[in-house]
Amino acid sequence: MKKFNKNPLLLFISSIKGPILSKKDRKLLKDPLDDNNPITVQVLGICSALAITVQLKPAVVMTISVIFVMACSNVIISVLRNLIPNRIRIIVFLVVISSLVALVDQFLKAYAYDVSKELSIFIGLIVTNCIVMGRLEAFALGNGVWKSFLDGVGNAFGYGIILIAVAFFRELLGSGNLWGIQVIPDFVYDFGYENNGLMLLSPMALITVGIIIWIQRSRNRTLIEDN
Amino acid sequence: MWEQYANLFVKSIFIENMVFAYFLGMCSYLAISKTLKNGVGMGLAVIFVLTITVPLNYLIYEYLLVDGALKWAGPEFAELDLSFLSLIMFIAVIASMVQLVEMIVEKFSPSLYGSLGIFLPLIAVNCAILGGSLFMQIKDFSGISEAAVYGFGSGVGWFLAIVAIAAIREKMAYSNVPAPLRGLGITFIITGLMALGFMSFMGIKL
Repeated sequence: MKKFNKNPLLLFISSIKGPILSKKDRKLLKDPLDDNNPITVQVLGICSALAITVQLKPAVVMTISVIFVMACSNVIISVLRNLIPNRIRIIVFLVVISSLVALVDQFLKAYAYDVSKELSIFIGLIVTNCIVMGRLEAFALGNGVWKSFLDGVGNAFGYGIILIAVAFFRELLGSGNLWGIQVIPDFVYDFGYENNGLMLLSPMALITVGIIIWIQRSRNRTLIEDN
Repeated sequence: MWEQYANLFVKSIFIENMVFAYFLGMCSYLAISKTLKNGVGMGLAVIFVLTITVPLNYLIYEYLLVDGALKWAGPEFAELDLSFLSLIMFIAVIASMVQLVEMIVEKFSPSLYGSLGIFLPLIAVNCAILGGSLFMQIKDFSGISEAAVYGFGSGVGWFLAIVAIAAIREKMAYSNVPAPLRGLGITFIITGLMALGFMSFMGIKL
């Protein structure tokens, strides 16, 4: 009976019996979107969130890549969690994550070359994106496979939501486009409206995130810090 | 010759500052900048590790991974292009270097270890370190000394950034920030303003 329980595949199947999304599971998916958002509350994964939000398209590609990497790495580490020696766990994490990221990198180079050029080193930097490492350390190492999968997907979505929100405002206000298509009609420009070139510069990404944090925390007072 | 190194050095500190121009290493930058003392410790550790890992990864990239790099091993290897392995190699070098540096510092300089020690493990996941190596790969340096100067310069740039924000945050304890903006929010906005200031360096032609 004991041997039976240690088989990771059987463990995986046995862990999803019952309703597929219980109340707790839904909490795992929903919490990172707001109350426990990886960017605005846990302060993880900031670097890439800021650098690639000039336009909507790279932000969406980045979100999809992160969802893939986080879901897979969380599942893999959760399956192996009883086999990994504690002292070398960081290196094991890095090997798993960097193999997955290399996969995404090569895939993008083959099928979406222009986007991959635009994201340049930031796909590679998912490896050191602390959000992946942080969730592996904090969650996947101590929880079952199905829960870890949900946690990975939920956190990646929470990360993506901020990414897409920032990119939306920067592209709209900065160049009047969305997804590369002009959305602000010509007559508005004739009226004297100008694109705000400042929004395209990198510092405005920081200030936009700052404002998002401000809005979120004034809605949700429990998140306010002492100092 | 020396002029070229000096140019690269200034460029990597101010014009291509890791934090303000590329947002690399933001996570540790935000998390460890609450007090000046910790900021200085983390900054020094980053300078140290970047100066070692960038030239090391340069050697590995030039002599093992890049297209045709294995020529020295014989003509049958001349066609090999292993550059798709660079990501995994770089991170492995960084993680093992950090471990090694930690052990050496602990052995030979306990006082330095006391002030630097807790920051070293954090560095393996600092994107500024991996970013330095990945930029080195893109920039195509002509020799190992250029790579070393670039690594050192980027480290100094990161050090400057974290020391500046830590000092500002210490002073900010006395100011009246709107409650929802306290802590993380205001730090983001201040960093944005500092980055705006650093953009004025972009006009410098070297």
